Amino acid sequence: MKQYMLSVHHTEGDAEPTEEAMQAAFRDVDAFNERLQSEGSWVFACGLEGPSTSTVVDGTGNEIVTTDGPFAEAKEHLGGFWVVKAADLDSALALAAAGSKACQAPVEVRPLQGEEG
Amino acid sequence: MPGACRGPPAAGRRRLTPAAGAVDGDAIAQIFREESGRAIASLVRFLGDIDLAEEAVQEAFVEAVRRWPDRGLPPSPAGWIITTAKHRAIDRIRRESSRERRHHAAAMMHDDPIAPPDTGTVADDQLRLIFTCCHPALAPEVRMALTLRLIAGLQTTEVARAFLVSESTMAQRLVGAKHKIRVAKIPYRVPDRDALPARLASVLTVVYLIFNEGHVATTGDELVRAELCAEAIRLARLLDELMPDEPEVMGLLALLLLTDSRRAARTSADGSLVRLADQDRRRWDRWLIDEGQALVRRCLARDEPGPFQIQAAIAAVHSDAPSAEDTDWRQIVLLYDQLLARVPTPVVRLNRAIALAEVDGPDVALAEIERLGEHGQLARYHLFHTARGDMLERVGRRADAVTCYDLALSLVDNDSERRVIEARRTAAADSV
Repeated sequence: MKQYMLSVHHTEGDAEPTEEAMQAAFRDVDAFNERLQSEGSWVFACGLEGPSTSTVVDGTGNEIVTTDGPFAEAKEHLGGFWVVKAADLDSALALAAAGSKACQAPVEVRPLQGEEG
Repeated sequence: MPGACRGPPAAGRRRLTPAAGAVDGDAIAQIFREESGRAIASLVRFLGDIDLAEEAVQEAFVEAVRRWPDRGLPPSPAGWIITTAKHRAIDRIRRESSRERRHHAAAMMHDDPIAPPDTGTVADDQLRLIFTCCHPALAPEVRMALTLRLIAGLQTTEVARAFLVSESTMAQRLVGAKHKIRVAKIPYRVPDRDALPARLASVLTVVYLIFNEGHVATTGDELVRAELCAEAIRLARLLDELMPDEPEVMGLLALLLLTDSRRAARTSADGSLVRLADQDRRRWDRWLIDEGQALVRRCLARDEPGPFQIQAAIAAVHSDAPSAEDTDWRQIVLLYDQLLARVPTPVVRLNRAIALAEVDGPDVALAEIERLGEHGQLARYHLFHTARGDMLERVGRRADAVTCYDLALSLVDNDSERRVIEARRTAAADSV
């Protein structure tokens, strides 16, 4: 089995979903997570706090430099992700489709390095 | 707080003397300035939440405004504020249904709210909160704003005025910072020994930048600027009280006092900047100089020099001199050498070169400045071009000097500095 990261990106300035839509999405994501677990596809999943809460640490120089994040001043930011096990990309894309429907946002699928077998 | 940063007896130290009899709004406002920082720090430890702490302290002061005019000041106004704020916070938590807040507060409230606050603990709380406000995970301008709000006890509107932004912009900035502190869990903790030097440097830099904000910028209300310097000095005093064994803290306080001692002489009647060499030294504040110099002597005795102590020592040498010509420039160059060994930046090198002109002559200094210019790092720094222009003028190359002043004028963004450079340009151009 190969591992994939399914990441959810939010775009700054998108309309905030209504309270009901959000509750529905939470329920659907819970159901999707249960499905991943029961199928044995689950590795890890989490949602992230907003980009304004992030911090960047650069330890490449002599001094460790800590700065208020995020790393890139981008319009899109990572909102959360799953790591799943899937037989191949087609299976991962199918999971991503279900995940995207559940969380009501596009999902990017990216293979992890070296996780075969 | 006009004039609060001048002597006598000690600048920036405004101790409350509970006057018998009338307590008016001004007296309470004064106590708010004086005590709300300590009260907030104490409440943050008690509640584990900055917003709750601010609300509680605010409510306690509202209560004070209602009670004190009739009943007079309590024996310890600070203790009364902290105890009342704790009661208000408990009431509020009981009233509110927010589960998260209740949970949070319940987990934090382990001490007896009725017990009078022990000053040792309050000081520790305040020190912890300072390190939170100046945490490197927060953006530098946010560190300054948080420190002024939570440690110096300024109202949001006052902090906004200090940074020339609208109150709502500043409020948003503060809300964002507090959100990050809570969500990312920035600790309320004095860092351990390994991390302390770097983190202390961050705290000292925040106080220094607050001072600079008041000292360098000349846009905005002159009074607000003076207040900012006074607040920075008050913060430096507080740090010196909280960390009496840190020579760099003493160095920072000395540097601020010695710099502030020149305030009256720094601007002319029309508001333009007066260079150190041209200042009327009789207008320097002797009280501040004496205190600053005494601190520098105490630092030197410790023999653990650091960047702020060395800069304070440089300022002390200037404040000893009856005139620019009679300054011990050799000593100043030696101090810049020490500073360069620790802070090897182009700006320090430039300042050393300027001092070097008084020892080895403008041609030697000019050569040094030209070498610095080759690196290009100071190309956009107007003071580099004014220093170069000054040296060129002094070696007789006036036309080249005019070109330098023109470059400086294209880069400067401060009006009163601009006027000084314009005057120099005109003088140089006239004598070409």
